[in-house]
Amino acid sequence: MGLVMPLSGCTFSGFFKSFTSPIHVLIPYSEVTSVICGTLHSVDQYLNIKLTDISVTDPEKYPHMLSVKNCFIRGSVVRYVQLPADEVDTQLLQDAARKEALQQKQ
Amino acid sequence: MRLVTLSLILSLFLSPEKHLVLLRDGRTLIGFLRSIDQFANLVLHQTVERIHVGKKYGDIPRGIFVVRGENVVLLGEIDLEKESDTPLQQVSIEEILEEQRAEQQAKLEAEKLKVQALKDRGLSIPRADTLDEY
Repeated sequence: MGLVMPLSGCTFSGFFKSFTSPIHVLIPYSEVTSVICGTLHSVDQYLNIKLTDISVTDPEKYPHMLSVKNCFIRGSVVRYVQLPADEVDTQLLQDAARKEALQQKQ
Repeated sequence: MRLVTLSLILSLFLSPEKHLVLLRDGRTLIGFLRSIDQFANLVLHQTVERIHVGKKYGDIPRGIFVVRGENVVLLGEIDLEKESDTPLQQVSIEEILEEQRAEQQAKLEAEKLKVQALKDRGLSIPRADTLDEY
């Protein structure tokens, strides 16, 4: 399935770690928002994302990224991350999140 | 600082080439990354501010920058090969500043027309304030 059981205390970074095919990351900056597509390299506890082999969906409008292949994206500026649907097991994720919530309650 | 964040951020030091930094206010800075911490505070050396207008760009040399992490959107490694075969054309500083001014002017006018059109219909879109994110 491609989903790794998340470590306790950091559900989402564990969840993110398992993707191999390109994901889309939407970033807003000033009034300009851009979508960056790339392969997930790593994630940390703040959900900072490192992508390799990136491409911008609209290179005409956003020419600055043309010479960049890998990038580090600060977690706080990400609006959403679009993931390949077939790599996500929602049932497993739900169960893990529930377990996490129960653990936190205790 | 947890080891995961540390290793993710420190791997950025491996590249000998310049780094490109996108800031929240829309600016693009290019320089050698000398320091980074868990907040993504950066120290950039021999920094150049690059302004893009259409297919042209201009570089303004700025020296050493200390950037507060909250203003950083993205940090990328510049690939020298891709940099050399870019379709963009470099122009002088005066020219790019002039182009930027013209572009801002055009944008303001388009915005004014839009706001007026909405007002005529009794609608208004509140402008998003970046500080409201917090």
